[in-house]
Amino acid sequence: MSDQLSITQDSFGSILARAFRSRSFVIGFILTAIVALMAGISFFWTPYDVTKLIVSDRMQPPSAAHWFGTDHFGRDNFSMIMVGARNSIAVALVAVGIGMGLGVPLGCWAAACGGWIDETLMRFNDLVFAFPALLSAVMITAIFGPGAINAIIAIGIFNIPVFARVARGGALSIWPREFILAARASGKGPMLITIEHVLPNIANLLLVQGTIQFALGILAEAGLSYVGLGAQPPMPSWGRMLFDAQTRMVVAPYLALFPGFAIVLTVLGLNLLGDGLSDTLDPKLRRQR
Amino acid sequence: MAAYLVKRLLVGLVTLLAASIVVFSVLEIVPGDPAQLMLGMNATPEAVAALREQLGLDLPLIWRYLSWLGGFFVLDFGRSYTYSVPVSELIAERIVVSLPLAIISLILSTAIAIPVGLFAAARRGKAADAVSMGLSQFGVAVPNFWFALILIYVFAVWLRMVPAGGFPGWSAGLWPALKALILPAIALALPQAAILARVTRQALLEVLGEDYIRTARAKGMPWRYVLWRHALRNAMIPVLTILGLQFAFLLAGTIIIENVFYLPGLGRLIFQAITQRDLIVVEGVVMLLVVAVIVVNLLVDLSYALVDPRLRSRR
Amino acid sequence: MSLLEIEGLDLSIGDSRILKGVDLSVAPGEVMGLVGESGSGKSMTALTLMRLLPEAARVSGRVTFSGIDILAADEARMCALRGDDIGMVFQEPMTALNPVKSIGEQVAEGIRWHTGANRADAEARAKTILDRVGLPESRFPLSRYPHELSGGQRQRVVIAIACALKPKLLIADEPTTALDVMLQAQILELLRDLVDENRMGLLLISHDLAVVADMADRITIMRSGEVMEAGETARTLSEQLHPYTRQLALASMHVPERSKVHAANGPNLLEVQQLTRDYPSRRVSLFTPGEPTRAVDHVSFSMHAGQSMALVGRSGCGKSTLARMILALDRPTSGDISFRGMSLAGKSESELRVARRDMQVVFQDPYGSFDPRHRVERLVSEPLHLLYKRPTPTERREMVARALHEVGLGADDMHKYPHEFSGGQRQRISIARALITRPKLIIADEPVSALDVSIRAQILDLFAELNQRLGVAYLFITHDLTVARAITDDVMVMHEGKIVESGRTADVLDNPRSQAAKELVAAAPDLHRAIVRRLREEG
Repeated sequence: MSDQLSITQDSFGSILARAFRSRSFVIGFILTAIVALMAGISFFWTPYDVTKLIVSDRMQPPSAAHWFGTDHFGRDNFSMIMVGARNSIAVALVAVGIGMGLGVPLGCWAAACGGWIDETLMRFNDLVFAFPALLSAVMITAIFGPGAINAIIAIGIFNIPVFARVARGGALSIWPREFILAARASGKGPMLITIEHVLPNIANLLLVQGTIQFALGILAEAGLSYVGLGAQPPMPSWGRMLFDAQTRMVVAPYLALFPGFAIVLTVLGLNLLGDGLSDTLDPKLRRQR
Repeated sequence: MAAYLVKRLLVGLVTLLAASIVVFSVLEIVPGDPAQLMLGMNATPEAVAALREQLGLDLPLIWRYLSWLGGFFVLDFGRSYTYSVPVSELIAERIVVSLPLAIISLILSTAIAIPVGLFAAARRGKAADAVSMGLSQFGVAVPNFWFALILIYVFAVWLRMVPAGGFPGWSAGLWPALKALILPAIALALPQAAILARVTRQALLEVLGEDYIRTARAKGMPWRYVLWRHALRNAMIPVLTILGLQFAFLLAGTIIIENVFYLPGLGRLIFQAITQRDLIVVEGVVMLLVVAVIVVNLLVDLSYALVDPRLRSRR
Repeated sequence: MSLLEIEGLDLSIGDSRILKGVDLSVAPGEVMGLVGESGSGKSMTALTLMRLLPEAARVSGRVTFSGIDILAADEARMCALRGDDIGMVFQEPMTALNPVKSIGEQVAEGIRWHTGANRADAEARAKTILDRVGLPESRFPLSRYPHELSGGQRQRVVIAIACALKPKLLIADEPTTALDVMLQAQILELLRDLVDENRMGLLLISHDLAVVADMADRITIMRSGEVMEAGETARTLSEQLHPYTRQLALASMHVPERSKVHAANGPNLLEVQQLTRDYPSRRVSLFTPGEPTRAVDHVSFSMHAGQSMALVGRSGCGKSTLARMILALDRPTSGDISFRGMSLAGKSESELRVARRDMQVVFQDPYGSFDPRHRVERLVSEPLHLLYKRPTPTERREMVARALHEVGLGADDMHKYPHEFSGGQRQRISIARALITRPKLIIADEPVSALDVSIRAQILDLFAELNQRLGVAYLFITHDLTVARAITDDVMVMHEGKIVESGRTADVLDNPRSQAAKELVAAAPDLHRAIVRRLREEG
């Protein structure tokens, strides 16, 4: 029973130091940092202005002037990818925020109360799970029209039950512990116990799940933009770039290559980061490797 | 056992009911009058009112919901606003593409993932494990529609082995139809297979640390026997869970992949319907997909009971 | 000629040396007891014999079993030996069986593998051996699954698997530690009979000197990977030549000194009246709820200030439920508890604060009873939440320091995390936490049963001293009669939710009158009695 969730006692610093000894964490960290850096820089500077259409420069293959070539409007692909990173990260981050912000309290509440509240919340989870993010996006788009905000909401809604489930599972394995009984014998109520004892002990789980959902969010955003339900032109986004590339693939395959690589490397980086974290935080898993 | 089944069934039904309310009410609040839409901007108010009556749009909300819901039991999803044909006909035309595609990719991904996961777990820490898990890490990160583009470029544009898109219809013969579905199925299956392989490996490694594995080893059973006969079955429980969740992703995936390959499936239908504001079609298709997800998850729950005797005896 | 001969066995995993030159031998038909405290390397010795060590382990030395060099044997050879010539029984019956395979399958599997018998023959043999271990087919068909059996029954299945092919050597690693005393007595008897019937050698690994003294012909005592002493059980334990042997024997019979007995005067500290707790049971069908299970059945008793009372009984008899209700962590179905004149029934959490302040708890598991993310200062000060006036940080540190001092720890320990302490020290922290609000009553749920004997003696001393000095009353919940004898004035025997007997500890345990108490006393292992019996048998 007590093995279900192993608990580490180390300080944040020592965890970080150990994490950097894990190869997947280091690779993941570097990849994620590069993407985040690109997105950050794009706010102040990009090699070319992505809002300017220079028709004379259209469909240039990769060269020293345009590293990743240009698209059918003559926009620089590298600059587009930089700005697209911003969009991807923003959508995924807010979606994870929505999922965590609503899902974790719900999950903790369900675990603390048990009984019919728990049952109802879990049934509610089943309901949301029945609508994959894309379906919710389709419905939301049908009402409000396409846009980046709607993509965020659709992905965020699907994240809520994910985090609720993880938080509830983690909390349920903490609640039967004796230190919870000791806290109750000290007169502490469910709310205080959840804040003081449960949340710190499931933070690991949530962090790891957070990186996974972040990665999935980037994939989902790219998918939505690709079918036209996400960010709308002229806002550059990786999925939209791939859509534009598709019809021109025979003449300019490089158009499809670079945005795809950007997605793969970002998602790969986040997944490796999560893997490295869970290796470091969960000694039980570490033992098995 | 019977009580477990009944309970799961009831839960599934309630979820379905709740989902139908969500779908119906979400599309109910959409601005715009379908009757006006169908007749165009120049129609007279009288004509619009007549059509409203004919479509039943003047009835109270609850009645419309009930008749819409009741329609599902006789496969009557209403009439398309744009094409004026029954929605069920539109769906029937398209489902013969989407359903085979989803099933082929589900089989493909399971057939790839479980052997790879087993193989990696059996050789944990060795080169084979590292290589297959490294590849799967990549597989998880690849968006299926991008993978689809690469497949099209390599196999259709470059090697010219299969068509780049479109669907000849089942009437054109089994082989041409399957040929059109092969690339989409691979594009859908591989990323899912990567996830499933990782889950299988992880579940197996967890089970291999259990006490009863040691008991089986102490009985003199060789390592391989223990892996197949003791570990695999216990590891199937988390694998089944993920398989159920993946079906939802596969369905969502078909919607996108059909757009990449210009396949006339439900995904294309839903996008056309959105652009044409043909809400009753959107409703029908969304509801159908939601039903599929709930039914599959119900099947997963039932298959737990086959794998795990503890559930069989629970009431 | 020995059946098993271990010479100079060394074992290391990574940088740590687990075993250092272990020598051990078992003759056919002989019971060898391997005793040691946690971390002494006794389980690792057993796993080495089975060659079931973790991959990273490096072994040297010589292990010979019936003329076979075990350490040099290949995996195929070991598979042929395991389960056929060497059987093994593990400590934790709840997890030792595969949950998705029927018990018949699990017993027959090994038989088929080793003898090549067909399914029907193997099942017939499985039936025979299951019947022999006390699971007759009429009540326990082969198609039963592990989750349909109790812990004791599961351990019988594990024994059936290990003994199905009449091995020459049976290794039993703490086979009864997870079971209560009655089941322990039954399982030990079964093991003894099986050894006698088949002239098996038995390597019995245990931390409990009394169990080993009762069972073993010869004994090997280990400490941190080394053999301290080995020899005939009766002589080794009665002469106690080696200092560590003496230390172990003394510790396991240790009785703390308690001169002052707090007399009953003034109003009762705790009064329990007709207390009953029902749990809803599984539904019979979807629409008919099952009969509720009665965990505690009309229990009444009272305690006075400073009294030390034991509550003993088999596992599942309702002792822990009773304790939780007294602590107001669980609500009674009916009946009343009044503490210092205040009834706890139907009180809200804020009304209960007064009672909670004067009533604290010490748990069994020194690892699970602390939040690993908090420092000792925060852990020990947690009950201060109950005070009306919150202490300032300085006051709080002073109070924690005083509580730590009281249990024999230093004030600087408050800045550490619980994992930096040993099991015994953690139990001291646990007591410090219980003491910080100066309670009148401490309820201790199996407070020493997870501790090694020498640590257990120290903790019992601490409990006794605090009772003498501070006059705090104890309700000790335990299945271990030695603990009850050592530290309590009075005892209550609980059986199936009812208090069946109560009185002065010595009177009740020496002359039990109720059936339940008699069985409990008879089943409890007793080092002294065992040695006397062995010496008498040997003349």
